[in-house]
Amino acid sequence: MSDPDLSIAAGTVAASPERLTHLQRLEAEAIHIIRETVAECERPVMLYSIGKDSAAMLHVAMKAFHPAKPPFPLLHVDTTWKFREMIRFRDSHARNLGLELLVHTNPDGLAAGVGPFTHGSAVHTDIMKTQALKQALDKYGFDAAFGGARRDEEASRAKERIFSFRNAAHAWEPKAQRPELWRLYNARKHRGESLRVFPLSNWTELDVWQYIAAENIPLPDLYFAAERPVVERDGTLIMVDDDRMPLASGETPEMKSVRFRTLGCYPLTGAVESTAATIPAILQEMLTSRTSERQGRVIDRDQAASMEKKKREGYF
Amino acid sequence: MGDGSLLHTDIDAWLARHQSKDLLRFITCGSVDDGKSTLIGRLLYDTGAVPDDEIARLERDSARGSAGGELDFSLLVDGLAAEREQGITIDVAYRYFATEARKFIVADTPGHEQYTRNMITGASTAETAVILVDARKGILTQTRRHSYLVSLVGIRRVVLAINKMDLVDFDPGVFQRIVADYEAFARPLGFDAITPIPISGRDGDNIALISARTPWYDGPTLLGYLEAVPLAADTLAGRPFRMAVQGVVRPDLNFRGFSGQISAGVIHVGDEVRVCPSGRTSQIARIISGFGDLDTARAGQSVTVTLADEVDVSRGDVLAAAGSPPESAERFVATLVWMDEQPLVIGRSYWLKVGARTVAVVVTGIDHRVDVNTLEHHPATRLELNEIGDVALRLDQITPFDPYEANVDTGGFILIDRVTNATIAAGMLRSAERRADNIHWHAQTVDKTARARLKGQRSAVLWLTGLSGAGKSTLANRIEQRLLAEGRHTYILDGDNVRHGLNKDLGFSEADRVENIRRVAEVAKLMADAGLIVLVAFISPFRADRELARSLMEPGEFVEVFVDAPLAVAEARDPKGLYRKARAGELKNFTGIDSPYEPPLQPEVHIDTTLTSPDAAADRIVRLIEQRGLPGVDGDGI
Repeated sequence: MSDPDLSIAAGTVAASPERLTHLQRLEAEAIHIIRETVAECERPVMLYSIGKDSAAMLHVAMKAFHPAKPPFPLLHVDTTWKFREMIRFRDSHARNLGLELLVHTNPDGLAAGVGPFTHGSAVHTDIMKTQALKQALDKYGFDAAFGGARRDEEASRAKERIFSFRNAAHAWEPKAQRPELWRLYNARKHRGESLRVFPLSNWTELDVWQYIAAENIPLPDLYFAAERPVVERDGTLIMVDDDRMPLASGETPEMKSVRFRTLGCYPLTGAVESTAATIPAILQEMLTSRTSERQGRVIDRDQAASMEKKKREGYF
Repeated sequence: MGDGSLLHTDIDAWLARHQSKDLLRFITCGSVDDGKSTLIGRLLYDTGAVPDDEIARLERDSARGSAGGELDFSLLVDGLAAEREQGITIDVAYRYFATEARKFIVADTPGHEQYTRNMITGASTAETAVILVDARKGILTQTRRHSYLVSLVGIRRVVLAINKMDLVDFDPGVFQRIVADYEAFARPLGFDAITPIPISGRDGDNIALISARTPWYDGPTLLGYLEAVPLAADTLAGRPFRMAVQGVVRPDLNFRGFSGQISAGVIHVGDEVRVCPSGRTSQIARIISGFGDLDTARAGQSVTVTLADEVDVSRGDVLAAAGSPPESAERFVATLVWMDEQPLVIGRSYWLKVGARTVAVVVTGIDHRVDVNTLEHHPATRLELNEIGDVALRLDQITPFDPYEANVDTGGFILIDRVTNATIAAGMLRSAERRADNIHWHAQTVDKTARARLKGQRSAVLWLTGLSGAGKSTLANRIEQRLLAEGRHTYILDGDNVRHGLNKDLGFSEADRVENIRRVAEVAKLMADAGLIVLVAFISPFRADRELARSLMEPGEFVEVFVDAPLAVAEARDPKGLYRKARAGELKNFTGIDSPYEPPLQPEVHIDTTLTSPDAAADRIVRLIEQRGLPGVDGDGI
């Protein structure tokens, strides 16, 4: 049953032209969710992480309010360790769309010189991502934050609501989630409490790629294969994006044709060897080699329940 | 990484084919040991939805587990750390897989004590249900329960998946007996189609491929069924047009668009539509979807429409086919599924959200409770967690609706607690209740403002809440004396003049206390309408009841005064000797002793009686009242 083309059934039932396709339904649902949040919350913000999921979510948001602009700003939590290409792309993309972009870096972490090489991935992620996000939400008083997370990414996400309630300490309580029925979302909350809203909850990685291809959504070049300087550490290919990366003696960056399946802090994001330079080529690779996209993320490997633990602590 | 040569030539064809898939949402229902997680894990595995690294992990984990080295597919779907420890699933989880024909979203819900809440939640978005039965056990109480719940949310087509056929040697007799039992039981539930399939989730028989071990079976595989079953959207497009307005898009003065997701029907530019509940009509001028215009749009699409005329439309209104609009009403008969630890209390005010509309609602009566195991009806005075019943509702606004059977979006609703904001119930509107139709609220030329101005004042309801002995009545009397001296028209409602007359039929149970306060609030509202300044001095221990009273009054009219005395102080005062009796066990349900007091979170006035004398407190409140001036003169409330 491991045929790469996923063909299973004997007969093929094509969607009739009278029916919405799965991408149309997913898009319509995401638009509904985004509009509902804007109607029921006082001060929403869209978390913009520059990755492909963010790109798809932002594209949906642009459609949701057309011909007006989305009535909320974008927020990027900048750990200062993102790929340089991501920052360039972020600034030009927000400018092209005419949206307000807020950038927040944890000033305490910055002053203490927290980074993945000196402090390890766990401390770095906690201080520069989790704590920084909480700071930013509190600083601007946002009561709802859109995120591009999908339920197929990880086991604890599969149980999270689309409108995910957070207490005043930004913590997620998996056992106290509000039942979510039909397309009725309960966005009521007390002052200080907030919501994380996930419009792409029901999308899979393949849906996102198909949508990006169908809608011609621009992405950072890092998603497409190119010759890049990498070193191999613990079986993971890490790109040497700037001279802050300490090299062991005898360790020399090698030029390899690589791309990234997810984007994050460059020291924590593994590259895959690839020659796929277009979206169809990427899809082709996905269909022939099925590893989960988070495999390249160093922060998820610590323990089976690591994501759930981080979410309870306020990670997005 | 493979070079993909196998696909190289037809990736574009593949993309085109997969762009045009449709989408089916379904739910699996089963008890703890029916093998539900194994079945879902098997579906994911057989359709290639499990990445290679997860399969490697599965092989590692299976070797450690109880399946003796065979792949334990249930490990693929057991999500949270807490569940792994307990070996059960605790909540609704959603899984994703796809075939050439369709993308699938499966709601995975647990089969144990929170079954009703979780199953109703999972089923609310599902179009079909896979009901699992263990071939060794046949139809159990749980099977009946799951089938009833599935039918309750309107699922019309179900699969009866008779699992673990490998453990009964694929005996067709066992299969046929279970099918006959089920069809007999399910007849009153009125499913359009029941499709029985003999399967083994563990071994994969009749899941993706027809099994060689069931030569006597000539129906579809489970996946074959799921790929071919008709979609709910197919019938929705044929129903009258409905769209709940989520918001108004107004980028500039020349554009005013109304956004929403079409829940039924088809619209074209030029179609006549009716705005509900106002009843005004206009024509569709433009249909905007994404960055462009459409000539037509159908059920399921999120669009923004503009109308040919400048009619008043706001969030919560429903745009409908002009010729077949929804009914509008404020009293309803509905089925409620109670989902909160706190039981439903008749008379208490909750929020109701239907479509994009949120209104205050009171449950005015419970017709009956349904035993989910036997489907029998029982009389009930309350609904507890996971109980289901038919109730009467009174909304505080005229609201457009369709019966749930006709339209899920205009007939399905949730209830939200006014204090905790929790989602406490799901409901299905059945019909409007006609009883109150002949009472019309005529717009009176002699109105509240006119009456109050004649008295030279502005109506107000001063709601004094606090423990027995806190000093509410003392304070109310002082305030009334001051106001009288200023020439104001007032009245005090307290236990002495209400409990002995209007409410003498009520005792001190929780339900009676809620009804007591509800009546007092309604009387206060009438007196405020008469132009009076009403002083209410009741312990009124529950926040939700005070919020109900507040919701009845106009903005700024309700002034909550927290008369705050610590329990020890109030008990030491004990002016009527009640605390002594309560401590002695002669009085039950006494606030502060064996019944809780919920202090106001944000009262307009907070009087700490250990620091403030009654006279000083009365001064403060009278100043507040006098500063409000006359209605229609200075306009500002408190």
